[in-house]
Amino acid sequence: MADLSSKFPNMFFTLGNTTALAEDVVGILSQMREDGQMGDKIAMVNVADAFGIELATAARPLFEAAGFDIVYDSSYPLGTQDLSPVIKAAKAAEPDAFVAWSYPPDTFGLTEQAMIEDLQVKAFYTAVATPFPAYGERFGPAAEGVLGAGGVNPDSEAFQEYAKAHEELTGAKPDFWASATTYASLEILEQAIAAVGLDREAVSQHLKEATFDTVLGPISFDENNFNNAFWTVGQWQDGVFHGVASRNRDGKAEVRLKDGWK
Amino acid sequence: MDILFTGLLLGGAYALIAMGLNLQYGVARIMNLANGELLVAGGFAAFFLWTSGALSPFLTVFLVAPVAFATSWAIYRVMLLPLVRRARSRGQLETDAILATFGMSFVGVGLMLAAFGGDYFSYSYLARPVTILGDTFALNRVASFLSAVALCGVLYLWLNHSRAGLSIRAIAVDPDSARLVGIDVPRMAAIAFALGGAVTAVGGALISTYLTLDASTGVMFTLKALIIVIMGGVGDVRGTIVAALLLGVIETLVASLIDPGLTLAAAYALFIGILLFRPQGLFGKAPT
Repeated sequence: MADLSSKFPNMFFTLGNTTALAEDVVGILSQMREDGQMGDKIAMVNVADAFGIELATAARPLFEAAGFDIVYDSSYPLGTQDLSPVIKAAKAAEPDAFVAWSYPPDTFGLTEQAMIEDLQVKAFYTAVATPFPAYGERFGPAAEGVLGAGGVNPDSEAFQEYAKAHEELTGAKPDFWASATTYASLEILEQAIAAVGLDREAVSQHLKEATFDTVLGPISFDENNFNNAFWTVGQWQDGVFHGVASRNRDGKAEVRLKDGWK
Repeated sequence: MDILFTGLLLGGAYALIAMGLNLQYGVARIMNLANGELLVAGGFAAFFLWTSGALSPFLTVFLVAPVAFATSWAIYRVMLLPLVRRARSRGQLETDAILATFGMSFVGVGLMLAAFGGDYFSYSYLARPVTILGDTFALNRVASFLSAVALCGVLYLWLNHSRAGLSIRAIAVDPDSARLVGIDVPRMAAIAFALGGAVTAVGGALISTYLTLDASTGVMFTLKALIIVIMGGVGDVRGTIVAALLLGVIETLVASLIDPGLTLAAAYALFIGILLFRPQGLFGKAPT
């Protein structure tokens, strides 16, 4: 992060970093194990593409350090049209939790296969696209308890107001992660320009110094132009994707056990 | 047994993806790189009719097929026929067709992005387990496999046992000689191209029941179709079916027994092997 921001001093990061995403998944599963809700067997898969490889590489040593037993660890190519061998093999390894560092098409594909194979795990995690409204719409009650990357606090007034405006303007619901963050970054730019005008240098300088009031809550950037307050893990609860783990954000919900695919 | 079945189901999906391109390339001699976009369009149609009107994708195909047929026919008459007319050799036609349809694929992606946006389109249809010989499979895959079998069967019978089919096969073998025996080559080629389009769109509607599509995924299907058509032999329906099933079974074998990460490598290894040892396709005759 320091390396990147030294090379691109005018680049600002709002959505968090992969290490935190992986760390908090490990954290949640560790907590569940400590509470006696599940054992220590993890099945982990990833899409063989930049994002999936990076997260799997970050997560593998973290799981091992936390004393988990990775009973199935595999990757699959981007655009794989049939993920049933992946789910079948994961199921055969009898894991307590299933973690997939996945992209949208495989997030949908893995979930559907898990339903078909009736993969019984205490925690089921897929990464990108899990917070999409389309995920909840497609899987309905089966989505309940699915963990995914990102999250928001859907109960906060600011988010609800934003979601309503987003839907009125675009005709589509915002997702429960990056949509609000994208909007927040536009709010930040708006406030910075309102404060110092259109001078690029001055705007950058102001972004580094000020704290901005956004739909996600206050955001400021550290010495590496990095926003240290972001959501890392969310979970589908009663039809809403609710943040369950974050860095420096309030309003997280309690994690629930995945209870079948009904 | 489980692996074989899973592989065959995947192969059925591949056959749906590749069959249309085979007709277009084998007969109309158009290497249609916009094939995948039509497939995605077929999938989108199924998505919208299912989410807005709860119309089953297996009924949508009867709507999608004539529309795709008409669209493909119009595309052939308006945009591709001039290329066919001015081409002095088959090589030139292939080059021109590749460039033209490559452009068309971008137009297709652009139109779909403009109309539907960049979202992922995904719905749940027949996502239920079904048990065959003690192993579980997804019902939507099984249903789409059976449709693929029916579709390929009808195409095969039509091509081999009807006068129009005979004409189409004659053009696939030798367009110049076909004209000498009184076959209206431009007309039959347009029909074959349109039919290929219809089959592709139907395939798209069927596979959308279990694959998640977005406006720009078409190229992935075009690539897979290309591999299968070349492996099976250009203009050979039987070869395409066998190549598609073979690819499905081998990918599943590798994914189940070795590692899912190697499926693409296995697919391309098979492709290279066939190119090296049977460049004319699985059932093709050696060039004389």
